[in-house]
Amino acid sequence: MDKNSNKYIFIYSVAMVVIVALVLTSISVFLQPKQKKNIDLEKKRNILSAIKIEYDKNDVEKVFDEYIIEMFVINTEGERIEGINPLEINLKDQLKDSPENQKWPIYIASMPNGEKSYIFSFYGTGLWGPIWGYVALKEDFNTVTGAYFDHKSETPGLGAEIATENFQMKFTGKTIFNENGEFVSIDVRKGGVGNDIHAVDAISGGTITSTGLKNMLHSCFSAYLKFIEKNKN
Amino acid sequence: MLSKKNLKLLIDPINKNNPITVQVLGICSALAVTVKMKPAFVMALSVIFVVGISNFIISLLRNGIPKRIRIIVQLVVIASLVIIVDQFLKAYVFDVSKQLSVFVGLIITNCIVMGRLEAFAMANSPGKSFLDGIGNGAGYGAILIIVSFFRELFGSGTIWNYRVVPQSWYEAGYSNNGLMILPPMALIIVGIIIWVQRSKNRDLIEKN
Repeated sequence: MDKNSNKYIFIYSVAMVVIVALVLTSISVFLQPKQKKNIDLEKKRNILSAIKIEYDKNDVEKVFDEYIIEMFVINTEGERIEGINPLEINLKDQLKDSPENQKWPIYIASMPNGEKSYIFSFYGTGLWGPIWGYVALKEDFNTVTGAYFDHKSETPGLGAEIATENFQMKFTGKTIFNENGEFVSIDVRKGGVGNDIHAVDAISGGTITSTGLKNMLHSCFSAYLKFIEKNKN
Repeated sequence: MLSKKNLKLLIDPINKNNPITVQVLGICSALAVTVKMKPAFVMALSVIFVVGISNFIISLLRNGIPKRIRIIVQLVVIASLVIIVDQFLKAYVFDVSKQLSVFVGLIITNCIVMGRLEAFAMANSPGKSFLDGIGNGAGYGAILIIVSFFRELFGSGTIWNYRVVPQSWYEAGYSNNGLMILPPMALIIVGIIIWVQRSKNRDLIEKN
């Protein structure tokens, strides 16, 4: 057949595309379980980082099972939903849903000092892409034990600083309710935070990321609010 | 298999015909992934794999590829191989794949790959093309590793994530060079490598 004829080119491209598609699909199906395991491990590592538990890279599963004594899923009314693995929940998809259908994961950790810690999951937008994280509250459902944030593509040295330990350390000890018991979340603002226990210093040069973080904390805490208030007293 | 002529195919791109320092191709990723040695090494292996195998496949197909859609065929082969590499990295070296992020995908646009397919694989036998691909990938990889060695040593005080600058130096006032972590320094190091290479190998200097 003439190699420059339309018929040949057409058959050639169809065959090529079909073969390539078959090869890629089978490789993807073959590797998927392993990739999913990596993503789960990453989640577990982030959760452990939020409660400031040291772990060895190879023991993440073991340490996670040791400290996390319970995990479950709630709806925005604060009621438990059975039968869903919280690790399977993708907040990005949940936030697209209407509030009454959203499902939020909660992890309960038993801390080395014997206290319990409640770990909440967060997802929001920074400047260039998504930001997410975990914040752990003490048994009083008010004081922050620790926080962990990460981002997809914030500017290194500026917005990306939210992923550094120095920045995350500032959250420890802050409270999300004021003296009158009203929910105020944690503000992330520039300058003059001083001793304000409801705010941390924003990152200079990372204004939009900082504001995104503040909004993320407020909106995700609000989704958990009914659960928190039910259990607070 | 490894006659003198074939060995030349393998060795030439590492030195005299290096894709980065002589042909000045593939600079973009060379600047981006050379902050630490480990990602640079994984990137180098990925590129060696993609150039080697795509050169081999295109050379096998070269007599059947319709001339009018040859670039598309080449792209499909490269893109598929890159997706395969990306999937494997995500499954087996998740941390490194996170650091390399978008740059693995960008191997598709690495001029070295397409350049070798057009210039070599379309006109040579599969065996030779494979060697040529491996050679060019290795030439690219060698520069990546040299650059990342200096950037990691001076920028982070570590080599392959192992601390080599002792803590006592930091206490005595030594500090890491923050500029080394930024892309411009990679360009300067590549420049220095080109300078050293040309002063050793005078044939490379243009006569005009």
